[in-house]
Amino acid sequence: MAQEDIDLIKAVTTQDPPLVKVELVNNFFDICRSMSLWPMTFGLACCAIEMMAVGMARFDIARYGAEVFRPSPRQCDLMIVAGTVSKKMAPCLVQLYEQMPAPRYVMALGNCAISGGPFYFEDQYGIVEGVDRLVPVDVYVPGCPPRPEGLLEGLFKIQEKMTGRRWWPMPKQGEAV
Amino acid sequence: MNIPPELIHISIALAAIAAFIGLNGLVLVYLERKVAGFIQRRPGPYEVGPWGLLQPVADAVKLVGKQLVRPKVADPWLYWAAPLLSFTPIFLLFLVIPFGPTLTGMEFNYGLLLILAFTGLNVLALCLAGWSSANKYSLLGAARSVAQSIAYEIPLLLAVLAIAFQFGTLNLTEMVHQQGQWPWQWNIMFQPLAFVIYFLCAIAETNRAPFDLPEAESELTAGFHTEYSGMAFGLFFLAEYAYIIVVSCVAVVLFLGGWQGPGAPGFWWFLLKVYALILVIIWIRWTYPRVRFDQLLNINWKWLLPLALVNLLLTLIFVKI
Repeated sequence: MAQEDIDLIKAVTTQDPPLVKVELVNNFFDICRSMSLWPMTFGLACCAIEMMAVGMARFDIARYGAEVFRPSPRQCDLMIVAGTVSKKMAPCLVQLYEQMPAPRYVMALGNCAISGGPFYFEDQYGIVEGVDRLVPVDVYVPGCPPRPEGLLEGLFKIQEKMTGRRWWPMPKQGEAV
Repeated sequence: MNIPPELIHISIALAAIAAFIGLNGLVLVYLERKVAGFIQRRPGPYEVGPWGLLQPVADAVKLVGKQLVRPKVADPWLYWAAPLLSFTPIFLLFLVIPFGPTLTGMEFNYGLLLILAFTGLNVLALCLAGWSSANKYSLLGAARSVAQSIAYEIPLLLAVLAIAFQFGTLNLTEMVHQQGQWPWQWNIMFQPLAFVIYFLCAIAETNRAPFDLPEAESELTAGFHTEYSGMAFGLFFLAEYAYIIVVSCVAVVLFLGGWQGPGAPGFWWFLLKVYALILVIIWIRWTYPRVRFDQLLNINWKWLLPLALVNLLLTLIFVKI
């Protein structure tokens, strides 16, 4: 069922051009940004439980400097869409995204945020089938829900996307990051 | 050209203070996150630089590189003035603090009075920030901040007044000179109640948990700095940490013997005591849950204020005898 949703309004993504255009400076800024991605305190469904687990003692996203969950979108860099986006929630999500200041990144966490997941069936009427219909998504983390290691790997992928290199060693089979 | 030596002295002191504030901001961000991690059995920042030492640098650079947003309906002048107003008085506060026997920005007979007067400016800045943001959460946060700061300033001033009567001076250097080298000669032995009152009020004045109601994220998003992004938010953050250092410095001067210490007195004792106090403040933040607003005001008006009055009375009787 790939019909276009006419009642969904996409986020405005226009950005001011950067003030400084020296490549070295920009690279430096990008590395610093990737090392302190502050996520938003924003959970929609069960994937948010995994997002909370990733901040706790066993997985500890703080090791990579991303544990500062800011309550205000003005101070966030990363929006983790953790869960099912209903059509009622879509305008709020778009508004939150638009309120974030410029270098901003979106992670779609879990199958619901990627494509609607288990709610993707004929004649469903209440669910947005993929958050990329609303906001541009940087990294998709599949799973239902993804394990906390998956979220960490998604964070590394965003860091890789920002700086052009992977910073942390690849995990061995069956080993935690 | 005839430049008075006082002026050169103060200029050098201001430059040193600026460096000190910036460095301390970095150290305290790292310390806070690391201590939070250890208290919750996590390693805390670990991978960015050795043991995560470069973490605060990355945060600072990121905040500088972030877009500055002003809401359309916000008052442009007041909105940008608020973070500056919160940050600039700090230089004056550090100017009179005696770090060592001769390590003072400015010898001033009314040093304590100056510190108490200019810490009050922070409330005004938070109030302006909340009002000019044109955001309901900011405004509520600002209102709470004003109520809390004004309430807690009274027992704080009464506790400090008792100390001033006891020493008979407002000069901070002179106060340290009146205390001895050994811990039992420090003022905390004679004024334990005043120290407890001062410490509680200082935590409340700097909006630290468990008294961080102006920025309670479960109710008020982020309180007065909800609308601030990038370095404007960074300035509020830096100011908060600087005020924590200031209240710790004053506590050390008034109660813990300043730079006096067993063995060799010097600024190292002063810094050691200040950082010990800051660690206690961080420890309290990550241990206790936030109080409700009625509890917050009840603690102040029903306990701290009467206790501070009793303490003042007792001190006056002892001074008279």
